[in-house]
Amino acid sequence: MVVSCKLSGSHVKLWRNRKQKLVEQQRQLRPKQQQLAQSSSKVAGKWRKKLLIIFVLLGVIISIWLFWHLNKDINLRRRETLTNMCDERARMLQDQFNVSMNHVHALAILVSTFHHGKHPSAIDQKTFGEYTERTAFERPLTSGVAYALKVLHSEREQFEKEHGWTIKKMETEDQTLVQDCILENLDPSPIQDEYAPVIFSQETVSHIVSIDMMSGKEDRENILRARASGKGVLTSPFKLLKSNHLGVVLTFAVYNADLPPDATPEQRIEATVGYLGASYDVPSLVKKLLHQLASKQTIVVNVYDTTNASAPINMYGTNVTDTGLLHISNLDFGDPARKHEMHCRFKQKPPPPWTAITASVGVLVITLLVGHIFHAAINRIAKVEGDYRQMMELKVRAEAADVAKSQFLATVSHEIRTPMNGVLGMLKMLMDSGLDANQQDYAETAHASGKDLISLINEVLDQAKIESGRLELEAVPFDLHAALDNVLSLFSGKSHEKGIELAVYISDRVPEFVIGDPGRFRQIITNLVGNSIKFTHDKGHIFVSVHLADEVVGPPDLRDEVLRQSLNIVRDSSNNSYNTLSGFPVVNRWKSWEKFKKLSCTDSMEETNIIKLLVTVEDTGVGIPSEAQSRIFMPFMQADSSTSRTYGGTGIGLSISKRLVDLMGGEIGFESEPGTGSTFSFTVAFTKGETSLLDTKQQPHDPAGSEFQGLRALVVDCRSIRAEVTRYHLQRLRISVDKTFSLISACSYLSNNYDPSASTSVAMVLVDKEVWDKEAGLVFHHMLKELRPNGTVEVQEKRPKIFLLDTSLSSAERNELKSAGFVDNVLMKPLRLSVLISCFQEVFGIGKRKQANRGKPLTLGNLLREKRILVVDDNAVNRRVAEFALKKYGAIVTCVDSGKAALLMLKPPHNFDACFMDLQMPEMDGFKATQEIRRMESKVNERIKSGEVSIEMFANVAYWHTPILAMTADVIQANNEECMKCGMDGYVAKPFEEDQLYSAVAHFFESG
Amino acid sequence: MDVGQLQRQFTDYTASLFREGFLDDQFTQLQKLQDENNPDFVFEVVSLFFDDSEKLVNNMAKALEQQTVEFKQVDAHVHQFKGSSSSVGAHRVKNVCVTFRNFCEQQNIEGCKRCLQQLRHEYSLLKSKLETLFRLEQQIIAAGGSIPMVE
Repeated sequence: MVVSCKLSGSHVKLWRNRKQKLVEQQRQLRPKQQQLAQSSSKVAGKWRKKLLIIFVLLGVIISIWLFWHLNKDINLRRRETLTNMCDERARMLQDQFNVSMNHVHALAILVSTFHHGKHPSAIDQKTFGEYTERTAFERPLTSGVAYALKVLHSEREQFEKEHGWTIKKMETEDQTLVQDCILENLDPSPIQDEYAPVIFSQETVSHIVSIDMMSGKEDRENILRARASGKGVLTSPFKLLKSNHLGVVLTFAVYNADLPPDATPEQRIEATVGYLGASYDVPSLVKKLLHQLASKQTIVVNVYDTTNASAPINMYGTNVTDTGLLHISNLDFGDPARKHEMHCRFKQKPPPPWTAITASVGVLVITLLVGHIFHAAINRIAKVEGDYRQMMELKVRAEAADVAKSQFLATVSHEIRTPMNGVLGMLKMLMDSGLDANQQDYAETAHASGKDLISLINEVLDQAKIESGRLELEAVPFDLHAALDNVLSLFSGKSHEKGIELAVYISDRVPEFVIGDPGRFRQIITNLVGNSIKFTHDKGHIFVSVHLADEVVGPPDLRDEVLRQSLNIVRDSSNNSYNTLSGFPVVNRWKSWEKFKKLSCTDSMEETNIIKLLVTVEDTGVGIPSEAQSRIFMPFMQADSSTSRTYGGTGIGLSISKRLVDLMGGEIGFESEPGTGSTFSFTVAFTKGETSLLDTKQQPHDPAGSEFQGLRALVVDCRSIRAEVTRYHLQRLRISVDKTFSLISACSYLSNNYDPSASTSVAMVLVDKEVWDKEAGLVFHHMLKELRPNGTVEVQEKRPKIFLLDTSLSSAERNELKSAGFVDNVLMKPLRLSVLISCFQEVFGIGKRKQANRGKPLTLGNLLREKRILVVDDNAVNRRVAEFALKKYGAIVTCVDSGKAALLMLKPPHNFDACFMDLQMPEMDGFKATQEIRRMESKVNERIKSGEVSIEMFANVAYWHTPILAMTADVIQANNEECMKCGMDGYVAKPFEEDQLYSAVAHFFESG
Repeated sequence: MDVGQLQRQFTDYTASLFREGFLDDQFTQLQKLQDENNPDFVFEVVSLFFDDSEKLVNNMAKALEQQTVEFKQVDAHVHQFKGSSSSVGAHRVKNVCVTFRNFCEQQNIEGCKRCLQQLRHEYSLLKSKLETLFRLEQQIIAAGGSIPMVE
């Protein structure tokens, strides 16, 4: 269990950590781990079940044992009780019997002493009856006593005569009808050797006087045994005369003389003169005894005569049913020939052992309950584990589905683009086929929609790529300033159209070169600026500023001018405008990055070469409704449907931006206020770029515009931030800048500082359109003229040039201003390095010496001049055009017509600075050729590095990497990524467009 | 005919070529590339284009007449043609090439043949137009004028 948890835990960590790169690997790894976890949990489940069964069995056994144990205990105690009670009763019975017997014995001695020992006898029937009657309390158990005399047959006649009655014989063996026994009815005893007629008797048994005891079988035996042993003997039980009870007769022999203790039986028989008998009523004896004892109800007592072991005679007690427990106590009534036993039983069957039952049942119930609970818990665990596994499986599937979805999207969007190109091409053809105005309109609409669709698809493709984790960021050194210039030039047309001021500013503390992904960085900014442009209408500005994150976090004195001002926007009450780029209010930009978690990179001290940039895009657009602000970064979500209708677009751009920012290790946030505008901020982490990291073959930093170095300029602008932006751009040309806020102050500044002979005099004055008006301009113009001390041409050349800065002047207006001579040229905002350079070159005439071309081609010329370039294309026409286009910019062009030929040409050492490669060629296409070239180069590089070959053999170049640019007509199809994959450095669209050629080439030749 | 008139005619004619979509920006680019060092650059490139095109169109026709049409082969030719036509700014020819390539991809032989017809038609149209243009150019130069730029 624990193991599986840990496993899955660590697995999750692993998964998170390397989510990006190890997707594939993880996917293979995961099922294994899952199986492992699964099997271990299964084993655990089995163990748990076994333990449960053992536990339940144990519980059952314990409860059974408990029952058995308690029951045994109870039985033991019961038996002990019974034994105690039985023994007690037996002992008492025996004692009482013995007491009675002793008394009878004493009576025998009395008779012997007073009847036979005296002459004449002191006892007659009357005396005997009285005495016995009065001493009956001594013999509570005897129903009566009688004395029979031993009479020999020879003495019978005399005896009968003496007593006046004949010896009678017991009538029957059956002695039941004792009541009816009448002496007169009895027959005289038959003639026998000996007789034992009763002569004395207690009143209760007076009816037996004169009956010969020897004639009763039981009595005769008793008499014989008694006179032989000299001890009291007992008969077996029989029904007593008169009372219908079972009884025994105790007989003692009476001797006529003292006998020695060791007398023989013959002597005893000889000395016998009579017999004393006492009848015992056993049932009443026992009953009486039991009455004396408490708890007589609980047990049943039976007394048996067991002289004949095979047929015991029940002397007392009913024949009770067997109640299980039986205790037998021996009774000794003093007659060794007779054996008596007392049998004791409980009256009731033993009650069920309730304590044992309840205790054991309790234990059982508890066990079962606990077992049930555990069982439920185990089931629950198993279920939860099962669910967990299922969830994991589902999660895996969902993730796989997600990836599959993204891949599907990527594939589909890729596939859609191909036919879309056909559609667009056909539409274009349709538009060219002489349609009437209406049809043309329809076709154009369709074409525009198709283009929108393509751009949407590109965005979706990006999104899908990011989602499926296939988007990998480059890490190449690039020029931040140039990158931002690029973005600005994209939007310059739109900003002109809308009359929006567009500006970029990069803090001085931001290094010029950083290492990162320029394309994606540009994409983020492009998305944000594009968004801003879309939602800003004919007023206000869009301001892109780049600062170090540390500037914001650090103390205020570290912040530069622009940041300080934009953080403390004050309202200028005089003309009801704000201290912003265009004077319109903006939202508090501080709030847009307030929520960033890791704005500062000070937490990781060792990563000192990581720089964190904070880019802010501020606009004065319609703003985002507050209810929509939460979902602004969700794909395909727009502020609301109505906005969507008004402004179009897919709403995917911001989502992509957010993901890109995430990929770059930054954060994005915004602050917006409907009606005022929005400010988006994001941070990105780049590595500090080192110039030395750049390709060794590339020229040192191109001194584009270096001819302006050291000049001085005056910026006239009433808005300090805008002036600061202008200053930033001029400083990029190493022009030192002074600022004034109005034309009047500019005049005084100029007159104070004007010294045509000094090299440091102001060479140019840049005036913003806002402070420019005709009259002031006129005054200013005149003032400048007056500055001229004399009208010599030389000085004319030295006069400060005046530039007007504006966003939305038409070319007609521009020409008017220029021809009027008020200004030397008009600089169209947004300001960019290239625009500044070309404009300055035109005015100062520096450019004329170099190339007669207008605008940017000059810079392109700078880049390409004297560069040796190899053009590879199988198409003769294309080859010629490319050759010519490049030659135009001063490059030295060599052409070959196949990939193979290119391989030969580019085998190091060679002196080409770059290669333009067509992609689709027979035999060996551009991709393959490039791969081959790269392979060749890396081989050479290795050999140089290992010292195998001397560097001299390879033209003193230690590292060979010829920049290869793809030429393609199909920009969409051959995307950047594909080119990069096979080792290309970039691509240009065919036919060459200056802009694109410039930006592609600038990578290698300028940014070096 | 004086130079001014010729120049105006030249400008109009060029404008019409642009308007009717025979030519596009790329042609202007070519014209811009031409300077005193290479006065015949445009002509040179265009004649190169003509030579190339005739060869390519013939190849296409041959390839399409085969028993089993090698669409890849045809596509390669069309691609070449498209490349060169876009290089000289032969806009309409290029567009036909785009369509042609789609048919190649679909392996639609009927469509291909139709496109080839269209391509021939467009090509000969363009050729005659350009020839006229160059004739005008030569006349202007012969008359001592300079070629006006068409923005």
